Amino acid sequence: MTALLEIENLSVALKNGPRLLRSVSLRLDRGEVRGLVGESGAGKSMIGKAVLGILPRSAEVVEGRILLEGTDILTLPPAERRRRIGRIAALIPQDPLTALNPSHRIGPQITDRLVDILGWKREKAEARALELLAEVNISAPARVMRNYPHELSGGMRQRILIASAFAAEPALIIADEPTTALDVTVQKQILKIIAGMQARHGTALLFVTHDLGVVSKVCQSLSVLYAGKVLEDTQVADFFRAPGHAYSAALLAATPKYTDPEGSLMPVGPEVLAAVQAEVDAADREWRHV
Amino acid sequence: MLDGRGSINRRVGARLWLSGGWLLIVCLASAFAPMIAPQDPLAQDLMSGQLPPFWVHGTEPGFWLGTDSLGRDVLSRIIWGGRIALQVALIAGTLTALVGSTLGLVAGFYRGWADRIISRLVDIWMAFPPVLFSILLVAVLGTGLRSIIIAIVVIDWTRFARVIRAEAMNQGAMDYVAAAQVAGFSRQRTMLTEILPNVLPTIVALLSLEMGIAIIVEAILSFVNLSISTDAPTWGGMIAEGRTTIYQAWWVLVFPLIALFLTVLSFSQFGEGLKDRFDPVLR
Repeated sequence: MTALLEIENLSVALKNGPRLLRSVSLRLDRGEVRGLVGESGAGKSMIGKAVLGILPRSAEVVEGRILLEGTDILTLPPAERRRRIGRIAALIPQDPLTALNPSHRIGPQITDRLVDILGWKREKAEARALELLAEVNISAPARVMRNYPHELSGGMRQRILIASAFAAEPALIIADEPTTALDVTVQKQILKIIAGMQARHGTALLFVTHDLGVVSKVCQSLSVLYAGKVLEDTQVADFFRAPGHAYSAALLAATPKYTDPEGSLMPVGPEVLAAVQAEVDAADREWRHV
Repeated sequence: MLDGRGSINRRVGARLWLSGGWLLIVCLASAFAPMIAPQDPLAQDLMSGQLPPFWVHGTEPGFWLGTDSLGRDVLSRIIWGGRIALQVALIAGTLTALVGSTLGLVAGFYRGWADRIISRLVDIWMAFPPVLFSILLVAVLGTGLRSIIIAIVVIDWTRFARVIRAEAMNQGAMDYVAAAQVAGFSRQRTMLTEILPNVLPTIVALLSLEMGIAIIVEAILSFVNLSISTDAPTWGGMIAEGRTTIYQAWWVLVFPLIALFLTVLSFSQFGEGLKDRFDPVLR
């Protein structure tokens, strides 16, 4: 069976500059939840952006394929690529404060896409939006639909964005650090909502995060990234039992343990970093030769 | 202002009231000029030239703000001049906003070659001294209201293009634009429904500023005798004529100057007031 999303040898580079993603390969089956972890700048979000066709202007795909339901979206003409991505995938963005348009009411921001892109009837789309808003624990959905974003709190807006992402029943949702912009008390609640929605709707989820604790709760599989290179691709259970890469082990050791509040923070050691960097450099040398 | 979130009931400030009030007066006076103006603005009467305004000794009833050296009533000429000023402000301002904002929006949102062409045009335009440029344009196009409007649009579109381009670039970097792209909306639709509503407050504020500037440009052109026709009552023309008799009849210069000053100031303050009233809520 073809995977829902299959990324093969994807390299993204700054125009005439260094590679941001280094021959990334990654597979996501239907209903699978995969975590993408790594330090800031490791290219986690870049993968999501490449899949959704929203790479920044300064970056471009230099090699590789992105198969969405078996079709390489990189070979499609722009308009068709947008339509295809819009039908299959959705995004839960990082910052709920900038992800809703300040000039439009909440309702249309959820329903317009269902009506205009997927051809739903407006009443059906509105009923659907109400239902989803209730599902993400928004207490007065009908009122919220008429609100403007600035009238709602950050946590509310993030829940709206989650509802909106699930609205068209996409097969794939990319959650780009959906909790980093929120305060800690709200984070947990949002995670629970995302996990619950995912389970009920059976959506595949690509979960970009730098929090291994989140990965252990939400994901089945994960990819560890460093400098745009996938170091390890494994199941979550295996990873926490025995990480397959020295860097992953160091990353895991660096996670603070709530069971040991007195323990000191363990940064990833310099020898480990040197070893990973050497690996990355070797990959770059090899890549330049072909 | 009631709270940080911005309530609908925010007070309309004194700025908005005062500027809006003056603009309303000017609009009404222009609309009903034939009924309101006490005298015919073009009627000359050399026997009653340079009559002073009503509170100065030697005035004559019916000529509230005095007469110029040809005996034309200053108040009536200001009222009729308001008509021309307002026409220029509204038509030239709107057209300038339309042309400039469209180009700025396209440049800022699509970037790429469209941006390069438009930005270079703006750079070239900025290298011309605007007043000389406008005089040159009217000299080429010939005098008349239409030429003045064309000149203002041709000169001032860059003001909108620059600001709106920057705004569109800011807005374009927001996540909701990415979200619209992911949802499958076309670039054009994203520009019109996602970006445009968010730059609209800026366009409105700039537009009212531009209306004031248009009036000044018209006055400048009248001053150098390149405006409508020589005897048509325009504020700039009156100021130019008043200058020659400033020592004998200061009122010929001062009253149109006050009208011009208040109107230009009101336009800019009205725009700022509107922006304050409606904009920051959303950011």
